[in-house]
Amino acid sequence: MLILRTWQLGIKSLLLHPMRSALTVLGIFIGVASVIWLLAIGEGISKEAQKQIEDLGAENIIVRSIKPPDESGANMRVIQAFGVTRAEHKLLSTTISTVKSVLPIRELPTKFAYTGNPNAKPIDGRLVGCTPEYAEVTRLKVDRGHFLTDREVISKSGVCVIAANLASKLFPSEDPLNKLMYLPEKKEFYKIVGVLKHRNATAAIGGSLASQDFSLDVYIPISTMKSRIGDTEVKRTGGAFSVKQFELSQCTIRVDNVEDVPRTAELVEATLRKDNANRQDIAVVVPYELLEQAKATRLMFMMFMGLIAAISLIVGGIGIMNIMLATVTERTREIGIRRALGGKRSDITRQFLVETISLSVVGGLTGILGGLLCPITVEGARWLIREGAPAMYANMPEVAKIMTPEIVPISIPIAFVISVFVGVIFGLYPAMRAAQMDPIEALRHE
Amino acid sequence: MAARVRELQKHYVLKSETVRALRGVSFDVPEGDYVAIMGASGSGKSTLLNLLGCLDRPTSGSFVLGADDVATMTDDELSQIRASRIGFVFQSYNLIPQLTVVENIEVPLYYMGQLNNKSRKRCKQLAGMVGLGDRLDHRPTQLSGGQQQRVAIARSLVNDPYFILADEATGNLDSVTTEEILALFQMLNDQGRTIIMVTHEDEVSQHAKRMIRLKDGEIQIDQKTEDRQTFPDDVIAKISMDADTSAQPV
Repeated sequence: MLILRTWQLGIKSLLLHPMRSALTVLGIFIGVASVIWLLAIGEGISKEAQKQIEDLGAENIIVRSIKPPDESGANMRVIQAFGVTRAEHKLLSTTISTVKSVLPIRELPTKFAYTGNPNAKPIDGRLVGCTPEYAEVTRLKVDRGHFLTDREVISKSGVCVIAANLASKLFPSEDPLNKLMYLPEKKEFYKIVGVLKHRNATAAIGGSLASQDFSLDVYIPISTMKSRIGDTEVKRTGGAFSVKQFELSQCTIRVDNVEDVPRTAELVEATLRKDNANRQDIAVVVPYELLEQAKATRLMFMMFMGLIAAISLIVGGIGIMNIMLATVTERTREIGIRRALGGKRSDITRQFLVETISLSVVGGLTGILGGLLCPITVEGARWLIREGAPAMYANMPEVAKIMTPEIVPISIPIAFVISVFVGVIFGLYPAMRAAQMDPIEALRHE
Repeated sequence: MAARVRELQKHYVLKSETVRALRGVSFDVPEGDYVAIMGASGSGKSTLLNLLGCLDRPTSGSFVLGADDVATMTDDELSQIRASRIGFVFQSYNLIPQLTVVENIEVPLYYMGQLNNKSRKRCKQLAGMVGLGDRLDHRPTQLSGGQQQRVAIARSLVNDPYFILADEATGNLDSVTTEEILALFQMLNDQGRTIIMVTHEDEVSQHAKRMIRLKDGEIQIDQKTEDRQTFPDDVIAKISMDADTSAQPV
């Protein structure tokens, strides 16, 4: 009854100044909501980064071929081959004992068309030469038909498997299976034997691995690519020719045990750089190491976010303290009356603490509600930018486009406890100041 | 005996100077007494009031309330005794603005930890007794000065005090309302309540049974009121009647 009365009274007093109380609550609301928001966004970003690294496969080591920058006035007659070679691929797969297998991959941007629809404009896509293992490693799922088989690789068949997006673009009204796909730039035909399910793009990781968009891919056996397309790429842009010669775009090395990855990566580096330690045309990417790094970064990131949020909570707390100090001064007379009528110092302290705690609890609860709205709000904001300012949206970093904030469950009780704590800490001083007043002086206060 | 005051002294230290506000005051207040404490400003009147109201402790001497000597009490014990055994009536009413009439009357009980349905009923009866039975849920700002002072009187009675301590209780009221309040005091005194009234107005003090005049921190005069003014019985009866009718359950 008494406790109930104390709270009733506190709330009554706060409602005497609804605007003032609401603004004070707003301070805590923002503090608590920002704790949840920042942690949710931080978690979303780091989860996304981690997922992308995991998509590369923690048990994989990736060797990418990098085209060296064109030397000025490069002689077109001397074509410099670059990148990881088939010989190196073989070397890697046979000499290192911890290596389970090595996937050769060769990627080539080109145009695709459907023979049955000759008037359609060819679509830009990516031709990928690979082996059956590729589907497993890059987590591609077959929708219809089948992925490349070992037999097709051995027999250098003219078959291909196409990605879902490309399939729907090339064959808006037909079943792509068993149709012939035409490559106008190469004057080649491939029979479609499989259609894949949609797969999300991976983001770029560091500078060494560009983002991969699988949506416009066409997969053919690596052997077919070698025999039909060869290693040299001639591109005519405007009046100038550019020539690229490379055997493989990438080797994905699969290791039996995740623990062996760092050691194997060292061996791979040593093997590839045994002749030229400063070789610039390859990059060895170790997702496992990136993953470890990302985990450490994540912790830092969360701490940083938490710090920012804590600052906003402290600002909210100072707001409470400010208001309560003003309130105490304003209600000096009331304090005097209450003391005269038998209120102990502790009663007065409790009364004002109850008020600050009410403010901070209300701020905390609404802040939690506001925090829970984070994923919806982010989604809404993203939609708004996409619809309202497409140019701006296009320039947004990849992670901002795909990241979904993930509410960290622990952040809710933490935010709440902190908000109450802030109420107590910042309310204590004004409340004690109220209690320390001399009742005689307080009664005389006008 | 409601209160026994012996050789009460109160000194204030202001910088290097000691102000001897009370220099040894002794008197008894028997139960049922009606005392007016008078004095010019600086006479020690307010200091004595603060001591009688247990808002302050004397420098020396003793002030015995019932069985307890207030001079030796801690701050919390003083609060306790204010809540349980002293009834304050102030010049500026001193009601708490955010509380209703009945809640204001309840405040001392709240600090005694005795809020319950029975006490709520008693508070309503007291409000009825001072003629505000139909205003239980009003806020102080919705009441006139006289009405507010009557709420304050009801509040001073709620804890069954040793005495009602009225500090210039009529100072803010017009003459008609002053009469009403003084009549109410007289009625309460007739019912056996002890009243200590601090005032500087002779007309007001004329209504008390006894007058103590302070000067320079000492008692100058302590005597029965000469030509005490009392309200005729019919006026008192009318107040009682009002009280009786409004004390009915609402």
